[in-house]
Order: sequence, then C-alpha cells, then structure tokens
Amino acid sequence: MRRLGWFVALLVLTTAAPVEAARIGEMADWNFGSQAARFFSLQDPSVRYALGGSMLLGLCCGLMGAFLVVRKLALMGDALSHAVLPGVALGFLWGMTKNPAAIFAGAVGAGLLGAVVVQWIRATTKHREDAALGFVLSSFFGVGIVLFTMIQNLPGGAKSGLDGFMFGQAAALGPEDVWLLAGVTVLALGAVGLFYKEYVLTSFDEGFARSLGWPVKLYHYSLMLLLAFAIVSALQAVGVVLVSAMLVIPAAAAFLLTDRMGAMLAWSAGFGMLAGAAGAFFSFTGRSLPTGPFMVLAAAALFVLALLFAPKHGMVGRLWRRRSRAARIRRENTLKAIYHVMEDGGFREEVVAVGNVAARRRETAAGARREVAELQRAGLATEEGGRVAFTPEGWQRACEIVRNHRLWELYLTNAAQLAPDHVHDDAEVIEHMLGDETVRRLERRLNYARRDPHGKLIPGLADLAAGAPPSERAAGYAEKGAA
Amino acid sequence: MMKDFSTTAPPLEVHDLTVAYDRRPVLYGIDLTVPAGSLTGIIGPNGAGKSTLLKAVLGLLPLSAGWVKIFGGPLAQNARRTGYVPQRESVDWDFPVNVMDVVLMGRYGHLPPGRRPGRADREIARACLDQVQMLPLARRQIGNLSGGQRQRVFLARALAQESDLYFMDEPFAGVDAATEAAIVDLLREMKARGKTVVVVHHDLSTARDYFDRLVLLNVRLVAAGPTAEVFTPELLQKTYGGRLTILSDVVQSLGEEP
Repeated sequence: MRRLGWFVALLVLTTAAPVEAARIGEMADWNFGSQAARFFSLQDPSVRYALGGSMLLGLCCGLMGAFLVVRKLALMGDALSHAVLPGVALGFLWGMTKNPAAIFAGAVGAGLLGAVVVQWIRATTKHREDAALGFVLSSFFGVGIVLFTMIQNLPGGAKSGLDGFMFGQAAALGPEDVWLLAGVTVLALGAVGLFYKEYVLTSFDEGFARSLGWPVKLYHYSLMLLLAFAIVSALQAVGVVLVSAMLVIPAAAAFLLTDRMGAMLAWSAGFGMLAGAAGAFFSFTGRSLPTGPFMVLAAAALFVLALLFAPKHGMVGRLWRRRSRAARIRRENTLKAIYHVMEDGGFREEVVAVGNVAARRRETAAGARREVAELQRAGLATEEGGRVAFTPEGWQRACEIVRNHRLWELYLTNAAQLAPDHVHDDAEVIEHMLGDETVRRLERRLNYARRDPHGKLIPGLADLAAGAPPSERAAGYAEKGAA
Repeated sequence: MMKDFSTTAPPLEVHDLTVAYDRRPVLYGIDLTVPAGSLTGIIGPNGAGKSTLLKAVLGLLPLSAGWVKIFGGPLAQNARRTGYVPQRESVDWDFPVNVMDVVLMGRYGHLPPGRRPGRADREIARACLDQVQMLPLARRQIGNLSGGQRQRVFLARALAQESDLYFMDEPFAGVDAATEAAIVDLLREMKARGKTVVVVHHDLSTARDYFDRLVLLNVRLVAAGPTAEVFTPELLQKTYGGRLTILSDVVQSLGEEP
C-alpha cells in the first residue's frame, strides 16, 4: 500500500510541475565541476543554508534515532514521519503560503495525533504496536496525499512548492528553515544532555525507573515530542518519505560500532551530519535533484561500511578472526602430531621426519610440508631436509595442547562418567578452547593427575616452563614414561 | 538511614489488594504485612500472581482495589528506601551499556533530575560489584554475560540503591549453582544488616531453607507467616491443589523428617 502511495505521489508531483520542465533547457550550462566549486566555496548563501540545514537535521535526527533504535521503536519514526503529511497540507491551506511556523504547528499536531492513535489502538484493542503503526502510517499518509492533490488543483497551488516536502529539496531551505532546525537541534541536544541518565534508564529498564518513582511517561512523551520536532523541521530538506531513514540508518550504523550509549549517540549524530552534508552536495551539484534520496544513500553507504568494518561486530573482522582461529587450530594440531611422533619414539629423537607427521595427521606429504612451513613462519618449529624440530616456544605450545587434551579426557571420564573411548573427539575440539584459568581448575579438580584415561603421560607444569632445551626435558619424559 | 523499626510502621503493608487483567482478577483481596528485617519468600503455582503482586506493590500495575503502604506511607514518598530486582528477561541485554553503567543505575534514585552520578556513587557501585564478585567484569557489555552473571549485575544494582526494603522477582530462575549459593549468602547478609527482603520464588524444594517467612499465594492469599508454621502439607496442598507431583515428594519428605 505504501509503495502505491509513493507512486501516486510521484505521479502527482511530476505531472503537476511544468516549471521543472523549463529547466531542461538550462541543462546545457550546467557543469559538475563548477557547481562543486561553488558548493565548496560557500559563497552562495543558498549553499550555506542547504549545507547548514542538512547537517543540523542529520545531527538532530541522529540523536533522536539512537534512542528509537535502542528502544526498538525504529518503526515509530517511520509512522510519525508519514503521519505529519496532512498537517503540512493543512498548515499550507491556513494561509495559502509556505509559512514555516504554520506548517510546523500543523505537522507537529498531526504527528502527535498519530502517536496518540497508536497508543489508543494498543491500549483498547488486542493489536500490538506493529498493526497500529501500519494503520496510522498508511491512513495518515493517504489523507495527506489527498490534501496535496487538492492543493495542486487550487489556483496557484501548482506553485505551492509543497512538492519539496515529499522527497526533500535542501536548495529550497531559507533562513527561517535553518533557524528552525537550529532551534530544534539545540533543544534536542539540551534535553538529551541534561536528562541523559533519565532517558537512558527509561529506555533500558522502564520497570526499574518506575520503581524509583520517576515520571516515566513524561520522559517517554518528551522524547516523542522532540522526535516530532526533529521530523517536522527536517521535512523540507529530506522529505516525508525518507526522513525515517535519517532517524534509523545512522543510529543503526552507530549501534554496530560501539557498546556504550554515549558513544552511540556521538557516532549516530556524526553519521547523520556526514550524510546530510553529502545529500546537500549531490543535490546542489546535480541541479534540481531531490536531497532526501542522496542523504539516505550516503547514510546507507556509511551503514554498509560499519557492517563490514566495525571492530567488534563487523563482518570483515569476524571473518578474519574466524580464519585466524582456524589457522591457530591447524597449527596446534600439527604441533600435537609432532609431539605424538616424538612420544611414539620414546622421546629419544629431538627431530622428526615430516613424512611421519603426515602419516600421523592422515595428510598427504605436500599437505604436511605446508603445515610445517606454517609452523616455521610462526616461529614454532624449524625444518630442513624433510626433518622438523620444535623451537622452545613450539615445544611449550605442543605440551600445552597435549596437556589440555589429556586433562579434558580425564575430566570427562572421571567427572562426567564417560567411557574412555567416548572422550577423544570432544577433547579434539575443547583442547583449543581451554583458557589458562580453566586448565588450573581442571588440574586442581583432577589432583594434578599424571596419566590420561588411556594411560598416556600428561605433560607436567615443569615441562611447560621455558628454559632447558627440549632434548633434556624429553629425556626426563622417556624415563618417567618407562617407569 | 538506620531507623528503629520497632516503633515505626512495617516496611510493607497490603490491604485488600486486587489486580485484574481484562476484568479477570489475577490477585484478589490480598491482606499482607511483612515485618522489618525478615526474609520473605512468595511461593505458589504458575499463574498464581506472584510477580503480579510485586509489580502491583511497586506501582507498576494499576490496582483494581485496595491499598499498599511502604513504611507507613505511599511508595512515592519512600521510593528511595525501596529496592527492586526485576526479572532478567524484562530488559534487552543487547542495550549499549556495560556492567558498571547498570550498577550505577542503582544510584539514580538518590540523584535529582539532570544530575549525573559522581565519584562517591562510583565508589559505592564498585563496592557492590565486588560484593557479588563481578568487579573484574565491570567494563563488559551486558550481553556478554552468562545468566548467572546477569543476575549478579541486577543484584549489585539493587545493593547500590542502599534501600531498606527489597523486592526481587525470581532471582533464582535459570542461574547456575554457584550463583544460587552466592545469592543465598547475599540474602542472609542483607537480613543480618536489618534489611527486609521479599523474593518471588518458584522452587518449592528450596523455599523452606532459604526463607524465614513464606507467603503462599494462589490468586488469593492462602497463608503468610513464619516458614515453620506455614510450610505444612495442608497449606501447600491448598496452594498448589492436586496438580503438582513435586508437591507430593516434598510433602512426603516433610512427613519423614522428625
């Protein structure tokens, strides 16, 4: 239904805008480079208004959007922004001019009415929020489209300039609009700055806030009022249809970047400003292009970047960590295989043939050579002429991993009462995950046992300490193993 | 805020409390007095209205009838003396706050609007985190915690409230054995310091050991009083009806003990 609404709106706007067509002829003079130069010189007052207004709206929407996203109310922004449309039309009809004050008042009134209707549907019917939001969004928007069409058909209505409200026209921003945006932004910054702890607690844990005796409803509705202000003041620059994107996308990107609310607010506001500036730039350089879509595209690009490159939650980082973990597990398995070959030989040899490692790993000779080369790069072993030897660090890591494996097997057979032939596969996985602390706990629990369920010796703590060369310790092992 | 409770009103007094969802009563005509310094467990079958009772007392749900007095007055007057541990599932654990942020929220009731927590509040929050053995996790995002650790964060937040009367909603639900033992120790310590604690509890088998007073609830109040007096086969039968097999085990064990 919404798609259809947009389509109708587009039709109305394109067919009823013959003024735009006259500009086609001017396209010949238009030149991207000179326009960009004009934009960055900031000489033109209209550029200053467009840029300033767009950045203010990005800041304001980013701030409010962060609260919407953490409260899981992202759709509320969408519903409110569509619900203001009839108010815009009525504000225009009031004086048949684009008087910012009248339009602001009408739009805020319509938005708040929409919010109240959502609450009312939720409270009195069995519908949840989503159905209520869907109803308010589409029906208010429908009323708005009807009113807009009526205005276009009125004498003088075609020149109303209301079409800018649909998709945004930053170039049409006047000083009054920018002052309005500045006022709303200051108000939002002030409220969030002053009542930061109140807004965060009521967003995080409403029940706890109410148990403190706080007026939770007051904080909720003041936030909704600020949201309505932000939406309405942003309309002229970004348009009804896409203003919700400026609320949600910068905040969603910021959410991926940080785990702290304060930082999230800062990132979200920053992304909003960046997207606003980008939207103003493209709208100005590409003559008569609507601003809203470009702002939203810029915000979406920032979101994709955050999705890919965020340090903790980013996909690239996650993929890289997974790959490096897989590489570590592969290295540890090779170390373990070398240890096993040495153990089978009673630790008499300090050097092991790569072919034996391959057999132990059930690998091809080439595969084993690759794995040994990887160990060499990591400084855990050295290889020459098909024979491989541990470095002290490699010996220590090998002992650790074998120790983890055998301790875990012993733990499973002792504590979990599993049969000795059921524990190997589990230990194969767990051995790579055990942290030092867990290993110490296992040792205590198992009374510093020396042998695993299969009767094999568990490498002791003394063997893990670096110092003596592997051969000496290995000799000690062979004796103990024989005993 | 140490007061002589013997001469003042009881921490919690409930009279004819009735709560209804869609006109269907979920709590009906509850009269209850919780004496100062007691450790009270609210037990009853699922749907008995245990959590509803806590929420109604805290003013989180509208009352259909009756009244609630906290330290002899309305809750709003004594909100600072009242601490609350909500159910763990009631919040979004992906919320961008860390453990320390949440514990500091316990101080918010002591701060006027617009004032941020200061150094003294941080010190208190650190001490409370230490008390539940969570200090090393202070900077973790809260989603990055186990169920037991999440419960400890909520308990530390309640401790930071420095209240005299505490309400805890199912603090033992879904926690590991170590956390359960830690919570029991904490409850006893709070009692020793003269705090009054009211706990919604779902596990009948441990209720007798954990609490010195019990409230048996099943929409109506079945019984309330010292554990030794109300934890009897007859009253439990009356509370749980015939629909609980655990009950018969517990009743049996009651009979076996001297």
